[in-house]
Amino acid sequence: MHEAPMHQTIELAHNRMRLALHQLREPASATAPHRPLLLLHGLGEHIPGTVPDEVTGWPGAVWGLDFTGHGASTVPRGGGYTCELLMADVDVALHHLGEATLYGRGLGAYVGLLVAGARPDLVRGVVLADGPGLSGGGTRPGSFAIGDVDLQRPATAPDPFALFELARDVRPVDYAQSFAREAVRGSALDVPVIVAAFARPDWLRAVAEEYGVETLPVARALELYAER
Amino acid sequence: MTEVLSSPPTFPGARRPDRRRDVSAHGVRLAVYEWGPPDAAPVLLTHGGFDFAATWDGLAARMVDAGWRVVAWDQRGHGNSDHADLYSWEADVRDLAAVADSISDRALPLVGHSKGGGMVMHFAEAAPHRVSHVVNLDGLPSGRKTPDIAEHERTRQTLNDLSGWLDHRRRTHDAQRRAGTFEELAQRRARMNPRLPMAWLRYLVSVGAREDDDGWRWKIDPSLRFGGFGPFRPEWSMERAPGIGVPFLGVLGLELEEMGWGSRPEDVLPYLPLGAEFHALEGVGHFVHLEAPDHVAGLVLDFLARNPSPHGWR
Repeated sequence: MHEAPMHQTIELAHNRMRLALHQLREPASATAPHRPLLLLHGLGEHIPGTVPDEVTGWPGAVWGLDFTGHGASTVPRGGGYTCELLMADVDVALHHLGEATLYGRGLGAYVGLLVAGARPDLVRGVVLADGPGLSGGGTRPGSFAIGDVDLQRPATAPDPFALFELARDVRPVDYAQSFAREAVRGSALDVPVIVAAFARPDWLRAVAEEYGVETLPVARALELYAER
Repeated sequence: MTEVLSSPPTFPGARRPDRRRDVSAHGVRLAVYEWGPPDAAPVLLTHGGFDFAATWDGLAARMVDAGWRVVAWDQRGHGNSDHADLYSWEADVRDLAAVADSISDRALPLVGHSKGGGMVMHFAEAAPHRVSHVVNLDGLPSGRKTPDIAEHERTRQTLNDLSGWLDHRRRTHDAQRRAGTFEELAQRRARMNPRLPMAWLRYLVSVGAREDDDGWRWKIDPSLRFGGFGPFRPEWSMERAPGIGVPFLGVLGLELEEMGWGSRPEDVLPYLPLGAEFHALEGVGHFVHLEAPDHVAGLVLDFLARNPSPHGWR
Protein backbone atom coordinates (compact mmCIF):
# COMPACT_ATOMS: atom_id res chain seq x y z
CA MET A 1 0.00 0.00 0.00
CA HIS A 2 1.10 3.57 -0.68
CA GLU A 3 1.28 5.83 2.33
CA ALA A 4 -0.21 8.93 0.68
CA PRO A 5 -3.49 9.93 2.35
CA MET A 6 -6.79 9.92 0.48
CA HIS A 7 -6.67 12.87 -1.84
CA GLN A 8 -10.26 14.07 -1.81
CA THR A 9 -13.86 12.91 -1.50
CA ILE A 10 -16.67 14.35 -3.60
CA GLU A 11 -20.34 14.01 -2.67
CA LEU A 12 -22.70 13.23 -5.54
CA ALA A 13 -26.52 13.14 -5.45
CA HIS A 14 -28.33 10.00 -6.58
CA ASN A 15 -32.02 10.53 -5.94
CA ARG A 16 -32.24 10.87 -2.13
CA MET A 17 -28.84 9.28 -1.57
CA ARG A 18 -25.45 11.01 -1.30
CA LEU A 19 -22.66 9.00 -2.87
CA ALA A 20 -19.02 9.29 -1.77
CA LEU A 21 -16.64 9.38 -4.73
CA HIS A 22 -13.04 9.21 -3.50
CA GLN A 23 -9.98 10.28 -5.43
CA LEU A 24 -7.17 8.06 -4.17
CA ARG A 25 -4.45 9.44 -6.38
CA GLU A 26 -3.88 12.08 -9.02
CA PRO A 27 -2.52 11.11 -12.45
CA ALA A 28 1.08 9.85 -12.26
CA SER A 29 2.15 12.63 -14.63
CA ALA A 30 0.43 16.00 -14.83
CA THR A 31 1.95 16.61 -18.28
CA ALA A 32 0.58 13.36 -19.76
CA PRO A 33 -2.96 13.18 -18.47
CA HIS A 34 -4.62 9.83 -18.79
CA ARG A 35 -8.23 8.82 -18.25
CA PRO A 36 -9.05 7.78 -14.69
CA LEU A 37 -9.47 4.33 -13.24
CA LEU A 38 -12.66 3.92 -11.19
CA LEU A 39 -12.64 1.23 -8.48
CA LEU A 40 -15.86 -0.58 -7.55
CA HIS A 41 -15.73 -2.50 -4.28
CA GLY A 42 -17.21 -5.86 -3.35
CA LEU A 43 -20.34 -6.55 -1.28
CA GLY A 44 -19.92 -5.17 2.25
CA GLU A 45 -16.59 -3.53 1.39
CA HIS A 46 -15.78 0.14 0.86
CA ILE A 47 -13.13 2.08 -1.00
CA PRO A 48 -9.83 1.89 0.90
CA GLY A 49 -7.92 5.02 1.92
CA THR A 50 -4.96 4.25 -0.30
CA VAL A 51 -4.46 2.88 -3.79
CA PRO A 52 -4.70 -0.93 -3.67
CA ASP A 53 -1.48 -2.72 -4.67
CA GLU A 54 -2.97 -4.42 -7.72
CA VAL A 55 -3.77 -1.13 -9.47
CA THR A 56 -0.74 0.99 -8.56
CA GLY A 57 0.57 0.68 -12.12
CA TRP A 58 -2.35 2.68 -13.54
CA PRO A 59 -0.98 5.84 -15.21
CA GLY A 60 -4.04 8.04 -14.63
CA ALA A 61 -5.89 9.22 -11.57
CA VAL A 62 -7.40 6.51 -9.37
CA TRP A 63 -10.93 7.03 -8.05
CA GLY A 64 -13.27 4.80 -6.09
CA LEU A 65 -17.02 4.88 -5.49
CA ASP A 66 -18.73 3.75 -2.30
CA PHE A 67 -21.98 2.10 -3.38
CA THR A 68 -25.26 3.10 -1.71
CA GLY A 69 -25.31 1.65 1.82
CA HIS A 70 -21.51 1.24 1.89
CA GLY A 71 -18.52 3.25 3.10
CA ALA A 72 -19.23 6.97 3.33
CA SER A 73 -22.34 6.87 1.12
CA THR A 74 -25.91 7.12 2.43
CA VAL A 75 -27.35 4.18 4.34
CA PRO A 76 -31.00 4.26 3.21
CA ARG A 77 -34.03 3.23 5.28
CA GLY A 78 -35.83 -0.04 4.76
CA GLY A 79 -33.66 -1.73 2.12
CA GLY A 80 -34.70 -2.35 -1.48
CA TYR A 81 -31.30 -2.89 -3.13
CA THR A 82 -30.78 -4.15 -6.66
CA CYS A 83 -27.67 -4.35 -8.81
CA GLU A 84 -29.45 -2.08 -11.29
CA LEU A 85 -29.64 0.59 -8.56
CA LEU A 86 -25.88 0.25 -8.02
CA MET A 87 -25.38 0.51 -11.78
CA ALA A 88 -27.15 3.88 -11.56
CA ASP A 89 -24.77 4.82 -8.69
CA VAL A 90 -21.85 4.22 -11.05
CA ASP A 91 -23.57 6.12 -13.87
CA VAL A 92 -23.80 9.16 -11.59
CA ALA A 93 -20.05 8.87 -10.84
CA LEU A 94 -19.18 8.46 -14.54
CA HIS A 95 -21.10 11.58 -15.46
CA HIS A 96 -18.90 13.41 -12.99
CA LEU A 97 -15.60 11.82 -14.11
CA GLY A 98 -16.19 11.38 -17.82
CA GLU A 99 -14.76 8.39 -19.66
CA ALA A 100 -13.04 5.94 -17.30
CA THR A 101 -11.73 2.41 -17.06
CA LEU A 102 -13.48 0.32 -14.40
CA TYR A 103 -11.96 -2.20 -12.01
CA GLY A 104 -14.59 -4.10 -10.05
CA ARG A 105 -14.27 -6.61 -7.24
CA GLY A 106 -17.00 -9.19 -6.61
CA LEU A 107 -20.35 -7.37 -6.58
CA GLY A 108 -18.50 -4.45 -8.17
CA ALA A 109 -17.39 -6.70 -11.04
CA TYR A 110 -21.00 -7.61 -11.88
CA VAL A 111 -22.13 -3.98 -11.54
CA GLY A 112 -19.15 -2.91 -13.66
CA LEU A 113 -20.26 -5.29 -16.41
CA LEU A 114 -23.80 -3.82 -16.31
CA VAL A 115 -22.42 -0.28 -16.64
CA ALA A 116 -20.06 -1.30 -19.45
CA GLY A 117 -23.08 -2.57 -21.40
CA ALA A 118 -25.33 0.36 -20.54
CA ARG A 119 -22.79 3.14 -21.12
CA PRO A 120 -20.21 1.82 -23.61
CA ASP A 121 -19.34 5.43 -24.50
CA LEU A 122 -18.27 6.19 -20.91
CA VAL A 123 -16.64 2.89 -19.93
CA ARG A 124 -13.34 2.30 -21.70
CA GLY A 125 -12.69 -1.22 -20.50
CA VAL A 126 -13.85 -3.04 -17.39
CA VAL A 127 -11.79 -5.56 -15.40
CA LEU A 128 -13.83 -8.14 -13.49
CA ALA A 129 -11.98 -9.39 -10.42
CA ASP A 130 -12.68 -11.74 -7.50
CA GLY A 131 -14.29 -10.30 -4.40
CA PRO A 132 -17.27 -10.56 -2.06
CA GLY A 133 -20.64 -10.84 -3.80
CA LEU A 134 -19.28 -12.18 -7.10
CA SER A 135 -21.91 -14.93 -7.32
CA GLY A 136 -25.03 -13.08 -6.25
CA GLY A 137 -28.11 -15.25 -5.81
CA GLY A 138 -27.53 -17.54 -8.78
CA THR A 139 -29.23 -17.58 -12.17
CA ARG A 140 -32.85 -17.85 -10.98
CA PRO A 141 -34.69 -16.97 -7.79
CA GLY A 142 -34.36 -19.34 -4.87
CA SER A 143 -37.04 -19.86 -2.27
CA PHE A 144 -37.77 -16.54 -0.69
CA ALA A 145 -37.31 -15.63 2.95
CA ILE A 146 -38.69 -12.47 4.48
CA GLY A 147 -35.48 -10.75 5.49
CA ASP A 148 -35.48 -8.95 8.79
CA VAL A 149 -32.91 -6.64 10.22
CA ASP A 150 -32.18 -5.69 13.81
CA LEU A 151 -33.47 -2.15 14.11
CA GLN A 152 -31.55 -1.65 17.35
CA ARG A 153 -28.36 -1.60 15.31
CA PRO A 154 -27.37 1.90 14.28
CA ALA A 155 -27.79 2.59 10.57
CA THR A 156 -24.12 2.35 9.69
CA ALA A 157 -22.40 1.02 6.61
CA PRO A 158 -22.38 -1.61 5.38
CA ASP A 159 -26.17 -1.68 5.51
CA PRO A 160 -27.37 -5.13 6.68
CA PHE A 161 -30.13 -4.90 4.06
CA ALA A 162 -27.46 -4.53 1.36
CA LEU A 163 -25.64 -7.61 2.65
CA PHE A 164 -28.89 -9.60 2.73
CA GLU A 165 -30.44 -8.47 -0.53
CA LEU A 166 -27.41 -8.22 -2.79
CA ALA A 167 -26.25 -11.70 -1.79
CA ARG A 168 -29.50 -12.99 -3.37
CA ASP A 169 -29.65 -10.75 -6.43
CA VAL A 170 -30.60 -12.97 -9.39
CA ARG A 171 -28.14 -12.98 -12.30
CA PRO A 172 -29.46 -14.95 -15.27
CA VAL A 173 -26.81 -16.03 -17.75
CA ASP A 174 -28.50 -14.46 -20.79
CA TYR A 175 -29.05 -11.22 -18.88
CA ALA A 176 -25.33 -10.92 -18.09
CA GLN A 177 -24.46 -11.94 -21.65
CA SER A 178 -26.64 -9.20 -23.11
CA PHE A 179 -24.64 -6.56 -21.21
CA ALA A 180 -21.35 -8.07 -22.41
CA ARG A 181 -22.67 -7.98 -25.99
CA GLU A 182 -23.78 -4.37 -25.66
CA ALA A 183 -20.34 -3.47 -24.32
CA VAL A 184 -18.71 -5.15 -27.33
CA ARG A 185 -21.14 -3.55 -29.77
CA GLY A 186 -20.87 -0.03 -28.37
CA SER A 187 -17.26 0.21 -27.23
CA ALA A 188 -14.39 1.62 -29.26
CA LEU A 189 -12.22 -1.19 -27.82
CA ASP A 190 -11.94 -4.65 -29.39
CA VAL A 191 -11.90 -6.16 -25.91
CA PRO A 192 -14.05 -3.99 -23.64
CA VAL A 193 -14.41 -6.65 -20.92
CA ILE A 194 -11.57 -8.57 -19.27
CA VAL A 195 -12.21 -11.36 -16.77
CA ALA A 196 -9.47 -11.48 -14.13
CA ALA A 197 -11.48 -13.43 -11.54
CA PHE A 198 -10.47 -16.98 -10.69
CA ALA A 199 -13.92 -17.94 -9.42
CA ARG A 200 -16.52 -18.46 -12.14
CA PRO A 201 -20.15 -18.29 -11.07
CA ASP A 202 -22.52 -19.14 -13.94
CA TRP A 203 -23.02 -15.56 -15.14
CA LEU A 204 -19.28 -14.96 -15.28
CA ARG A 205 -18.45 -18.25 -16.99
CA ALA A 206 -20.90 -17.32 -19.74
CA VAL A 207 -19.56 -13.77 -20.03
CA ALA A 208 -15.98 -15.04 -20.25
CA GLU A 209 -16.93 -17.06 -23.33
CA GLU A 210 -18.44 -14.09 -25.17
CA TYR A 211 -16.84 -12.61 -28.26
CA GLY A 212 -14.81 -9.55 -27.25
CA VAL A 213 -14.21 -10.77 -23.70
CA GLU A 214 -10.73 -12.00 -22.69
CA THR A 215 -9.30 -13.66 -19.62
CA LEU A 216 -6.13 -12.04 -18.23
CA PRO A 217 -4.53 -11.37 -14.84
CA VAL A 218 -5.38 -7.98 -13.29
CA ALA A 219 -1.96 -6.40 -13.90
CA ARG A 220 -1.93 -7.42 -17.56
CA ALA A 221 -5.54 -6.29 -18.04
CA LEU A 222 -4.79 -2.83 -16.63
CA GLU A 223 -1.63 -2.56 -18.76
CA LEU A 224 -3.69 -3.32 -21.81
CA TYR A 225 -6.32 -0.67 -20.99
CA ALA A 226 -3.64 1.86 -19.98
CA GLU A 227 -2.25 1.61 -23.53
CA ARG A 228 -5.61 2.19 -25.25
CA MET B 1 -60.56 23.51 -8.30
CA THR B 2 -61.97 25.10 -5.16
CA GLU B 3 -65.28 23.61 -6.18
CA VAL B 4 -63.70 20.18 -6.21
CA LEU B 5 -62.24 20.62 -2.74
CA SER B 6 -65.49 21.84 -1.21
CA SER B 7 -67.37 18.84 -2.55
CA PRO B 8 -65.09 15.86 -3.18
CA PRO B 9 -66.37 13.64 -5.97
CA THR B 10 -68.33 10.56 -4.98
CA PHE B 11 -68.98 7.41 -6.94
CA PRO B 12 -71.80 4.94 -6.33
CA GLY B 13 -70.56 2.00 -4.29
CA ALA B 14 -67.20 3.56 -3.34
CA ARG B 15 -66.55 4.35 0.30
CA ARG B 16 -63.59 6.00 2.03
CA PRO B 17 -61.89 3.99 4.80
CA ASP B 18 -63.19 4.21 8.37
CA ARG B 19 -59.73 4.33 9.96
CA ARG B 20 -56.20 5.30 8.98
CA ARG B 21 -52.99 4.33 10.78
CA ASP B 22 -49.27 4.07 10.05
CA VAL B 23 -46.98 1.06 10.05
CA SER B 24 -43.21 1.48 10.13
CA ALA B 25 -41.59 -1.07 7.82
CA HIS B 26 -37.94 -0.89 8.90
CA GLY B 27 -38.14 2.87 9.02
CA VAL B 28 -40.35 3.41 5.97
CA ARG B 29 -43.74 4.82 7.04
CA LEU B 30 -46.60 3.02 5.33
CA ALA B 31 -50.14 4.48 5.32
CA VAL B 32 -52.62 1.75 6.29
CA TYR B 33 -56.41 2.00 5.86
CA GLU B 34 -59.25 0.02 7.35
CA TRP B 35 -62.89 -0.34 6.45
CA GLY B 36 -65.51 -2.12 8.58
CA PRO B 37 -65.76 -3.23 12.21
CA PRO B 38 -62.34 -3.70 13.92
CA ASP B 39 -63.46 -7.04 15.37
CA ALA B 40 -64.64 -8.58 12.09
CA ALA B 41 -62.52 -11.17 10.25
CA PRO B 42 -59.72 -9.35 8.40
CA VAL B 43 -58.77 -9.49 4.74
CA LEU B 44 -55.70 -7.72 3.29
CA LEU B 45 -55.80 -6.03 -0.12
CA THR B 46 -52.61 -5.26 -2.10
CA HIS B 47 -52.76 -2.68 -4.90
CA GLY B 48 -50.82 -2.77 -8.15
CA GLY B 49 -47.76 -0.82 -9.23
CA PHE B 50 -48.33 2.94 -9.71
CA ASP B 51 -51.69 2.62 -7.95
CA PHE B 52 -52.78 3.32 -4.36
CA ALA B 53 -54.95 1.85 -1.62
CA ALA B 54 -57.93 4.08 -2.40
CA THR B 55 -58.44 2.16 -5.66
CA TRP B 56 -59.94 -0.46 -3.31
CA ASP B 57 -62.71 1.92 -2.15
CA GLY B 58 -65.23 0.02 -4.28
CA LEU B 59 -64.26 -3.57 -3.47
CA ALA B 60 -63.67 -2.75 0.22
CA ALA B 61 -67.15 -1.26 0.64
CA ARG B 62 -68.73 -4.39 -0.84
CA MET B 63 -66.65 -6.67 1.39
CA VAL B 64 -67.53 -4.66 4.51
CA ASP B 65 -71.20 -5.04 3.64
CA ALA B 66 -70.60 -8.79 3.60
CA GLY B 67 -69.13 -8.66 7.11
CA TRP B 68 -65.37 -8.28 6.61
CA ARG B 69 -62.77 -5.98 8.16
CA VAL B 70 -60.84 -4.80 5.12
CA VAL B 71 -57.24 -3.60 5.39
CA ALA B 72 -55.13 -2.06 2.63
CA TRP B 73 -51.98 0.06 2.47
CA ASP B 74 -50.18 2.40 0.13
CA GLN B 75 -46.99 0.68 -1.00
CA ARG B 76 -43.73 2.55 -0.37
CA GLY B 77 -43.54 5.55 -2.72
CA HIS B 78 -47.27 5.35 -3.48
CA GLY B 79 -50.25 7.29 -2.11
CA ASN B 80 -49.66 8.70 1.38
CA SER B 81 -46.75 6.41 2.30
CA ASP B 82 -43.16 7.61 2.53
CA HIS B 83 -41.24 8.13 -0.65
CA ALA B 84 -38.48 5.62 0.09
CA ASP B 85 -34.79 5.76 -0.71
CA LEU B 86 -34.88 2.43 -2.53
CA TYR B 87 -37.51 0.27 -4.22
CA SER B 88 -37.45 -3.42 -5.02
CA TRP B 89 -39.81 -6.34 -5.33
CA GLU B 90 -38.41 -7.97 -2.19
CA ALA B 91 -38.73 -4.74 -0.20
CA ASP B 92 -42.39 -4.54 -1.25
CA VAL B 93 -43.04 -8.12 -0.11
CA ARG B 94 -41.26 -7.36 3.18
CA ASP B 95 -43.52 -4.31 3.59
CA LEU B 96 -46.54 -6.58 2.98
CA ALA B 97 -45.28 -8.78 5.83
CA ALA B 98 -45.01 -5.72 8.11
CA VAL B 99 -48.62 -4.73 7.35
CA ALA B 100 -49.84 -8.31 7.86
CA ASP B 101 -47.99 -8.35 11.20
CA SER B 102 -49.89 -5.21 12.21
CA ILE B 103 -53.21 -7.02 11.67
CA SER B 104 -52.67 -10.45 13.14
CA ASP B 105 -50.11 -13.20 13.50
CA ARG B 106 -52.66 -15.67 12.12
CA ALA B 107 -53.33 -16.61 8.52
CA LEU B 108 -55.27 -14.03 6.49
CA PRO B 109 -57.01 -13.99 3.12
CA LEU B 110 -54.87 -11.95 0.73
CA VAL B 111 -56.19 -10.20 -2.36
CA GLY B 112 -53.80 -8.60 -4.82
CA HIS B 113 -54.21 -6.75 -8.09
CA SER B 114 -51.57 -6.86 -10.85
CA LYS B 115 -48.13 -6.48 -9.18
CA GLY B 116 -50.00 -6.89 -5.87
CA GLY B 117 -51.18 -10.32 -7.07
CA GLY B 118 -47.57 -11.34 -7.68
CA MET B 119 -46.55 -10.02 -4.25
CA VAL B 120 -49.33 -12.02 -2.61
CA MET B 121 -48.16 -15.24 -4.34
CA HIS B 122 -44.60 -14.44 -3.25
CA PHE B 123 -45.68 -13.91 0.36
CA ALA B 124 -47.71 -17.14 0.25
CA GLU B 125 -44.54 -18.99 -0.74
CA ALA B 126 -42.35 -17.31 1.88
CA ALA B 127 -44.85 -17.44 4.77
CA PRO B 128 -47.55 -20.03 4.02
CA HIS B 129 -48.56 -20.05 7.69
CA ARG B 130 -49.70 -16.44 7.32
CA VAL B 131 -51.99 -16.92 4.33
CA SER B 132 -55.44 -18.56 4.32
CA HIS B 133 -56.59 -17.67 0.77
CA VAL B 134 -54.95 -16.18 -2.30
CA VAL B 135 -56.97 -14.00 -4.68
CA ASN B 136 -55.05 -12.83 -7.73
CA LEU B 137 -56.78 -10.13 -9.80
CA ASP B 138 -55.10 -9.90 -13.22
CA GLY B 139 -51.66 -10.38 -11.70
CA LEU B 140 -50.81 -13.52 -13.67
CA PRO B 141 -47.97 -12.48 -15.98
CA SER B 142 -47.07 -14.11 -19.26
CA GLY B 143 -44.40 -13.47 -21.84
CA ARG B 144 -46.87 -12.01 -24.35
CA LYS B 145 -45.84 -8.44 -23.62
CA THR B 146 -42.39 -9.27 -25.01
CA PRO B 147 -43.23 -11.15 -28.22
CA ASP B 148 -40.65 -13.03 -30.20
CA ILE B 149 -38.40 -10.59 -31.97
CA ALA B 150 -34.83 -10.96 -33.17
CA GLU B 151 -32.45 -11.02 -30.25
CA HIS B 152 -30.33 -8.09 -31.43
CA GLU B 153 -33.55 -6.08 -31.73
CA ARG B 154 -34.61 -6.96 -28.20
CA THR B 155 -31.14 -6.13 -26.89
CA ARG B 156 -31.22 -2.75 -28.63
CA GLN B 157 -34.62 -2.04 -27.06
CA THR B 158 -33.26 -3.03 -23.67
CA LEU B 159 -30.31 -0.71 -24.09
CA ASN B 160 -32.55 2.19 -25.07
CA ASP B 161 -34.74 1.54 -22.02
CA LEU B 162 -31.61 1.32 -19.95
CA SER B 163 -30.13 4.66 -21.06
CA GLY B 164 -33.51 6.28 -20.54
CA TRP B 165 -33.72 4.84 -17.04
CA LEU B 166 -30.18 5.87 -16.14
CA ASP B 167 -30.78 9.39 -17.47
CA HIS B 168 -33.93 9.50 -15.34
CA ARG B 169 -31.99 8.35 -12.24
CA ARG B 170 -29.52 11.21 -12.65
CA ARG B 171 -32.37 13.72 -12.65
CA THR B 172 -34.57 12.36 -9.88
CA HIS B 173 -32.99 14.22 -6.95
CA ASP B 174 -34.97 17.34 -7.88
CA ALA B 175 -37.70 15.79 -10.02
CA GLN B 176 -41.42 16.48 -9.61
CA ARG B 177 -44.39 14.81 -11.22
CA ARG B 178 -46.07 16.84 -13.93
CA ALA B 179 -48.80 19.09 -12.56
CA GLY B 180 -52.13 19.50 -14.31
CA THR B 181 -55.69 20.49 -13.70
CA PHE B 182 -57.98 18.08 -11.90
CA GLU B 183 -59.61 17.22 -15.24
CA GLU B 184 -56.25 16.63 -16.93
CA LEU B 185 -55.30 14.06 -14.30
CA ALA B 186 -58.63 12.31 -14.81
CA GLN B 187 -57.93 12.28 -18.57
CA ARG B 188 -54.44 10.85 -18.01
CA ARG B 189 -55.85 8.08 -15.87
CA ALA B 190 -58.49 7.45 -18.56
CA ARG B 191 -55.70 6.41 -20.93
CA MET B 192 -54.89 3.56 -18.52
CA ASN B 193 -58.57 2.85 -17.82
CA PRO B 194 -60.34 3.49 -21.14
CA ARG B 195 -63.64 1.93 -20.06
CA LEU B 196 -64.10 3.67 -16.69
CA PRO B 197 -66.86 6.27 -16.32
CA MET B 198 -65.53 9.84 -15.93
CA ALA B 199 -67.16 10.07 -12.48
CA TRP B 200 -65.08 7.09 -11.30
CA LEU B 201 -61.91 8.62 -12.79
CA ARG B 202 -62.60 11.95 -11.06
CA TYR B 203 -63.13 10.08 -7.81
CA LEU B 204 -59.74 8.35 -8.24
CA VAL B 205 -58.03 11.71 -8.81
CA SER B 206 -59.64 13.10 -5.66
CA VAL B 207 -58.24 10.23 -3.56
CA GLY B 208 -54.91 9.59 -5.34
CA ALA B 209 -53.68 13.08 -6.20
CA ARG B 210 -52.93 16.22 -4.23
CA GLU B 211 -53.38 19.89 -5.03
CA ASP B 212 -50.19 22.00 -5.01
CA ASP B 213 -49.86 25.72 -5.76
CA ASP B 214 -49.21 24.99 -9.44
CA GLY B 215 -51.92 22.37 -9.89
CA TRP B 216 -52.78 18.73 -9.18
CA ARG B 217 -50.29 15.87 -9.30
CA TRP B 218 -50.43 12.18 -8.44
CA LYS B 219 -48.86 11.51 -5.05
CA ILE B 220 -46.56 8.77 -6.30
CA ASP B 221 -42.79 9.26 -5.87
CA PRO B 222 -41.45 10.98 -9.02
CA SER B 223 -38.37 8.75 -8.88
CA LEU B 224 -40.58 5.77 -9.77
CA ARG B 225 -40.89 5.23 -13.48
CA PHE B 226 -42.65 2.89 -15.87
CA GLY B 227 -40.46 0.49 -17.77
CA GLY B 228 -38.14 -0.25 -14.89
CA PHE B 229 -36.02 -3.14 -15.96
CA GLY B 230 -33.97 -5.92 -14.49
CA PRO B 231 -33.62 -9.64 -14.82
CA PHE B 232 -37.29 -10.34 -13.94
CA ARG B 233 -39.01 -13.13 -15.93
CA PRO B 234 -42.80 -13.57 -15.84
CA GLU B 235 -42.42 -17.31 -15.32
CA TRP B 236 -40.61 -16.70 -12.01
CA SER B 237 -43.83 -15.27 -10.64
CA MET B 238 -46.04 -17.93 -12.24
CA GLU B 239 -43.87 -20.78 -10.97
CA ARG B 240 -44.92 -19.85 -7.45
CA ALA B 241 -48.58 -20.49 -8.24
CA PRO B 242 -48.69 -24.30 -8.49
CA GLY B 243 -47.20 -24.68 -5.01
CA ILE B 244 -49.76 -22.54 -3.23
CA GLY B 245 -51.45 -24.81 -0.72
CA VAL B 246 -54.44 -22.68 0.24
CA PRO B 247 -57.62 -21.94 -1.75
CA PHE B 248 -56.73 -19.91 -4.85
CA LEU B 249 -58.88 -17.61 -6.98
CA GLY B 250 -57.49 -16.20 -10.21
CA VAL B 251 -59.27 -13.53 -12.26
CA LEU B 252 -58.09 -12.41 -15.69
CA GLY B 253 -59.34 -9.38 -17.66
CA LEU B 254 -59.31 -10.28 -21.33
CA GLU B 255 -59.32 -6.76 -22.85
CA LEU B 256 -55.78 -5.93 -23.95
CA GLU B 257 -54.45 -2.65 -22.64
CA GLU B 258 -51.28 -0.80 -21.75
CA MET B 259 -50.98 -1.73 -18.08
CA GLY B 260 -51.89 -5.41 -18.44
CA TRP B 261 -49.81 -8.47 -19.22
CA GLY B 262 -52.03 -9.57 -22.07
CA SER B 263 -52.12 -13.07 -20.56
CA ARG B 264 -54.64 -15.50 -22.07
CA PRO B 265 -56.29 -18.29 -20.07
CA GLU B 266 -54.12 -20.89 -21.82
CA ASP B 267 -51.01 -19.06 -20.57
CA VAL B 268 -51.96 -19.25 -16.90
CA LEU B 269 -54.19 -22.32 -16.51
CA PRO B 270 -51.28 -24.81 -16.52
CA TYR B 271 -49.74 -23.00 -13.53
CA LEU B 272 -52.77 -22.87 -11.25
CA PRO B 273 -52.70 -25.00 -8.11
CA LEU B 274 -54.95 -28.01 -7.69
CA GLY B 275 -58.56 -27.01 -7.11
CA ALA B 276 -57.99 -23.38 -8.09
CA GLU B 277 -60.94 -21.30 -9.16
CA PHE B 278 -60.38 -19.26 -12.31
CA HIS B 279 -62.45 -16.67 -14.18
CA ALA B 280 -61.58 -14.90 -17.42
CA LEU B 281 -63.70 -11.77 -17.86
CA GLU B 282 -64.75 -10.80 -21.39
CA GLY B 283 -64.90 -7.09 -22.11
CA VAL B 284 -63.02 -6.19 -18.93
CA GLY B 285 -59.45 -4.87 -18.88
CA HIS B 286 -56.55 -5.06 -16.44
CA PHE B 287 -58.24 -3.14 -13.60
CA VAL B 288 -60.97 -5.74 -13.09
CA HIS B 289 -61.96 -4.44 -9.64
CA LEU B 290 -62.44 -0.88 -10.98
CA GLU B 291 -64.22 -1.85 -14.18
CA ALA B 292 -66.53 -4.53 -12.82
CA PRO B 293 -66.71 -3.86 -9.07
CA ASP B 294 -69.97 -5.71 -8.43
CA HIS B 295 -68.99 -8.75 -10.46
CA VAL B 296 -65.47 -9.01 -9.02
CA ALA B 297 -66.67 -8.43 -5.44
CA GLY B 298 -69.21 -11.19 -6.00
CA LEU B 299 -66.52 -13.59 -7.22
CA VAL B 300 -64.24 -12.81 -4.26
CA LEU B 301 -66.98 -13.02 -1.63
CA ASP B 302 -68.41 -16.27 -3.05
CA PHE B 303 -64.94 -17.76 -3.18
CA LEU B 304 -64.21 -16.83 0.46
CA ALA B 305 -67.63 -18.10 1.59
CA ARG B 306 -67.22 -21.41 -0.24
CA ASN B 307 -63.75 -22.03 1.21
CA PRO B 308 -63.98 -21.62 4.98
CA SER B 309 -60.57 -21.06 6.46
CA PRO B 310 -59.17 -23.98 8.44
CA HIS B 311 -58.00 -21.37 10.93
CA GLY B 312 -61.56 -20.45 11.76
CA TRP B 313 -61.70 -16.87 10.55
CA ARG B 314 -64.93 -17.46 8.63
